[in-house]
Amino acid sequence: MAFIEIENVTHTYGGQAGASATLAVEGLSIKVNEGEFAAVVGPSGCGKSTLMKLATGLQFPQEGSVAVDGRKVDRPVKIAGMAFQNPVMLPWRTVLENIMLPLEIVQPHRSLLREKKAEYVEKAEQLLATVGLKGLGQKFPWQLSGGMQQRASLCRSLIHDPKLLMLDEPFGALDAFTREELWCVIRDLHALKKFTVVLVTHDLREAVFLGDRIFCMSARPGRIIAEREVTFPRPRDLEITYTPTFADVVHELRSQIKSARDPQALDPQALDPQAAGAAA
Amino acid sequence: MTKPLSQRLAPFIFTIGFFILWELGCRLFKVSNFILPAPSVIFAAMQQYAWPLTRNAGHTLWMTMAGFGISIIFGLAIGLLVGSSKLLYAGLNPLLVGFNSIPKVAVVPILVIWFGVGWLPPVLTAFVISFFPIVVNVATGLATIEPETEDVMKALGASRLDIMWKVGIPRSLPYFFGALKVAITLAYVGCVIGEQNASNLGIGNLITRASADFNVPLIFAALIVLAILGVFLVVIVDMIESRTTGWAKRSGFGG
Ligand SMILES: Nc1ncnc2c1ncn2[C@@H]1O[C@H](COP(=O)(O)OP(=O)(O)OP(=O)(O)O)[C@@H](O)[C@H]1O
Ligand SMILES: [Mg+2]
Repeated sequence: MAFIEIENVTHTYGGQAGASATLAVEGLSIKVNEGEFAAVVGPSGCGKSTLMKLATGLQFPQEGSVAVDGRKVDRPVKIAGMAFQNPVMLPWRTVLENIMLPLEIVQPHRSLLREKKAEYVEKAEQLLATVGLKGLGQKFPWQLSGGMQQRASLCRSLIHDPKLLMLDEPFGALDAFTREELWCVIRDLHALKKFTVVLVTHDLREAVFLGDRIFCMSARPGRIIAEREVTFPRPRDLEITYTPTFADVVHELRSQIKSARDPQALDPQALDPQAAGAAA
Repeated sequence: MTKPLSQRLAPFIFTIGFFILWELGCRLFKVSNFILPAPSVIFAAMQQYAWPLTRNAGHTLWMTMAGFGISIIFGLAIGLLVGSSKLLYAGLNPLLVGFNSIPKVAVVPILVIWFGVGWLPPVLTAFVISFFPIVVNVATGLATIEPETEDVMKALGASRLDIMWKVGIPRSLPYFFGALKVAITLAYVGCVIGEQNASNLGIGNLITRASADFNVPLIFAALIVLAILGVFLVVIVDMIESRTTGWAKRSGFGG
């Protein structure tokens, strides 16, 4: 049995029917094996964040079934570390205190925290250093830039050594260099700790470089329209992103997403007043 | 955060200016001391009645703090309860609003019937008049936790109590202190109302007696003492607030 099994799931926001109801995903099925690095790509608003929430028990589907680690998900799963699309830091806590939040809640850290405080602080500071925020632990989150907050939120999702890591566009607000550095951080952590990862991203290079398996979602209501295994051997070097085979995979995915967007794709003619006038 | 000198001096200049204008107005239009005494007359009365004013002010302050203390405890407890449950919120809201709409002066006679004339009616009036804003604000602080923040906590497997303790309470602190500023003045007003009607001590009682004697300067002297004490109480709450919830004031808006 796969580690994450989402089968034929349909989820609606805002009540079952009615004017305000939004059908976010429909007939969605996904299987992710233990230790695998899965990447999810798809057009904006197609239900990727919804998929993350369904898998972690923050939302429950109207139809279909969700199981994680062999257990049906009927409440928030406790084995996951999650970095949301927004950093969502608690403004009254320093960055370090924010990062250590999971340790105050998740067992066994919760009971050990008092005793091993110094050890945990050390660990949090090391994690901060790996994402390039060395020495910023005493600042408040609102004193950091958006990208820095995102990196802090990444640390928060990792601090308690979760078995499952759920990352929702964690590198969205970063420059290309920092982003590539963090790819390598995540790659190494994954190789070291062997957790299962689900990564939502808009960056196809990111998906191909990091992922073992890539899921393409259709426009809303989202379902999986393509699944592709990426077989580049690990450990992967950043250099592979410049090889022709890598480019081919990215290209192939790109055309798949393009066709996924098609129902509501931007019509270039609609943006061109002259063409519109000529048609009229 | 250092304000320019002009801003730091402004409160004093404006206050002094206000009294000068008042004095000039009284002298210019020859207003009788019986209608509106000039500040000089009031300050003379303050000196003349220095001891009764101090003693009664001390009593009023003490009664206000007692009522305020009770209302903090009850307000927090009820606010946390109401804010953490949608059912309680829906159920208790109309009751609380209805209760709050009753003019508290109307409650004093009942307090007198229950407890007689003494220190209890002022304390209880201070309490009933001031606990509502605390309840409402604490409940609002809890009930408006962002869904994203709740998701972060839930994804970690946090219980309701965890969420309340780690997010709800810190988050409602600025609301709580905002309410305290309103509540402290209300408690003070309530206390004076209680004293006027059902006490043998306190500034409120002093005003009742002075008005029976038509001692208008003394009434005004008492009012000014009340105003000074009021400012003093708010300043204390302000100081506590800025120490505990600095994070909530990070925007420059209104700063
Ligand atoms: N809390 C909510 N209430 C109502 N509708 C929602 C809610 N969250 C999401 N939706 C709707 O569900 C659909 C899917 O949203 P979702 O956030 O999963 O998209 P996404 O794929 O993550 O998009 P993006 O790439 O832009 O982050 C959207 O149409 C959105 O309007
Ligand atoms: Mg999203």
